Amino acid sequence: MDFIELEDVRKVFDVRKKKGFLRRERHEVRAVDGISFTVPRGEMVGYIGPNGAGKSTTIKMLTGILTPSGGRVRVAGIDPSRERTRLAHRIGVVFGQRTTLWWDLPLIDSYKLAHRMYRIPDARFRANLDRCVELLDLAELLAVPVRQLSLGQRMRGDIAAALLHDPEVLYLDEPTIGLDVVSKAKVREFLRDLNTSAGTTILLTTHDLQDIEQLCKRVMVIDHGRLMYDGALAGLHEIGESERTLVVDLERELPPLDVPGARVRRVEGPRQWLAFPASASAAPLVTEIASAYPLVDLSVREPDIEAVIAKMYADRAELG
Amino acid sequence: MGAGARLGSGLAAFRMIAAMWIRSTMAYRFSFAMTLLANFVVTFFDFVVILLMFSHVEGLGGFDFTEVAFLYGATSTAFGLADLALGQVSRIGRRVRDGTLDTLLVRPAPVLAQVAADRFALRRLGRVTQGLFVLVWALVLVDVDWTVLKVCVVPVMVLSGGVIFGAVMVAGAAFQFWARDAAEVVNSFTYGGNTLLQYPPTIFAKDLVRGVTFVLPLAFVNWLPALYVLDRPYPVDLPFSPSLTAFLPPLVAALCALLAGLCWRAGLRAYRSTGS
Repeated sequence: MDFIELEDVRKVFDVRKKKGFLRRERHEVRAVDGISFTVPRGEMVGYIGPNGAGKSTTIKMLTGILTPSGGRVRVAGIDPSRERTRLAHRIGVVFGQRTTLWWDLPLIDSYKLAHRMYRIPDARFRANLDRCVELLDLAELLAVPVRQLSLGQRMRGDIAAALLHDPEVLYLDEPTIGLDVVSKAKVREFLRDLNTSAGTTILLTTHDLQDIEQLCKRVMVIDHGRLMYDGALAGLHEIGESERTLVVDLERELPPLDVPGARVRRVEGPRQWLAFPASASAAPLVTEIASAYPLVDLSVREPDIEAVIAKMYADRAELG
Repeated sequence: MGAGARLGSGLAAFRMIAAMWIRSTMAYRFSFAMTLLANFVVTFFDFVVILLMFSHVEGLGGFDFTEVAFLYGATSTAFGLADLALGQVSRIGRRVRDGTLDTLLVRPAPVLAQVAADRFALRRLGRVTQGLFVLVWALVLVDVDWTVLKVCVVPVMVLSGGVIFGAVMVAGAAFQFWARDAAEVVNSFTYGGNTLLQYPPTIFAKDLVRGVTFVLPLAFVNWLPALYVLDRPYPVDLPFSPSLTAFLPPLVAALCALLAGLCWRAGLRAYRSTGS
């Protein structure tokens, strides 16, 4: 039996818009519009989509925060919205944008409270806390009030808090949003290790395709409340034919460069933007340009998720 | 989960969270002692106003000074107890607005207990102490023919009063699930109600007294039971015999608590189906 099961799940919000002084116009927003998927135990899945696609709403239904308007949700055999507190013992949740830690108290207090609230056996708690403190580099931070932590420190603190009670599944809603490169790397490494060594099922929503590339074999794309894609990341690139961008700074203004395997998208003074397939390597391209043109500087931009999805739409429209 | 189990886990969660906050304030004992004292003094000024008034007039609405002190002490203690346990729930509107309510919903504890125990502050004991102080002082001086029943009515009155105020706070907080900026409206019922009850009912318009007797039953906090103790008639007609007023407060309190609990549940359910 699968660990997480969604069957034709819907969530409809009633939004009221002010029209004039007292008149209000009501209209329905289908935040999640008939989504079905299953996740077996121990899998690590990326859940991506643009802003307002329904990612957070799905997570909220999986954790029991929101009651679905229709369909069926089961996590570990439990209906989240009906047995929220029972399920809470078995899941861990990290919200990137808001903390589950106690804001004005030292970090360690949040952990001590979790110890008692989740009724974690003493030995288990010690072992888990020690492990998180070591791997997430928290030793120096335990006595610091949460409000004084930087975003990256707080995020690591939040991840530890979500794991002290040995949850079977961990939901992360934008866990790397706003983090610097070092913090991102640390968080990713920890999550990968957690998934392989403890076998924790992980579902993470993100804007950052690199999160997915480095962590998840399986990816689900959601837009307008519908599941657009469910499969391997490579497949997504193929379908979306997503492109990376090479930005080159030349010594002087030149006509658009002529390089095989890439096309110039934009020219602005001595700077040019070249698109090339995401599946191709940038190295031969760079060599080519460097040997033929007066190159000063360059950088590679990864495709963002919006671009991939926009491409998916465009292709479908052409096919249809 | 049954209602009993829910109550049990709620109380357990409240105790854990409150203990955490107490430990953190006790880290600064001197500062704690000062805020406790400040709290005591500030609420005491309330009472100084009444003291000053009685230095100019003989009675207030036919009540002498010790009788008004009795009313004052009873409502202040009851309100103080409710504020100590549930005063924080009025902040729920902010949590709904900024979305931090979600983080409470993923913990294995009832949301009401988590909200109530958040920032639990023992300094609020200052208000309770001050109310008790005035109440005991009034009980010593007040001219009453004490009977066993009258002696029993006093502590029951204070506890029931605390529950009634607490119920109003919770119902008011539940209302904020729909009207997120209603905290001030709710305060006018709780803080305002407390101020109202510090004075004898005879000085207010009869319609107001009827309102707080039959609509929002704040009169059961102290007016009705205290007037029974003092052997005084209630200024508006009651549909029941005045001797019953001694027994009604616990019943009214239980009913209020039940209604408030239902309001809270409806509010939380509305939040969980709209997500705000």
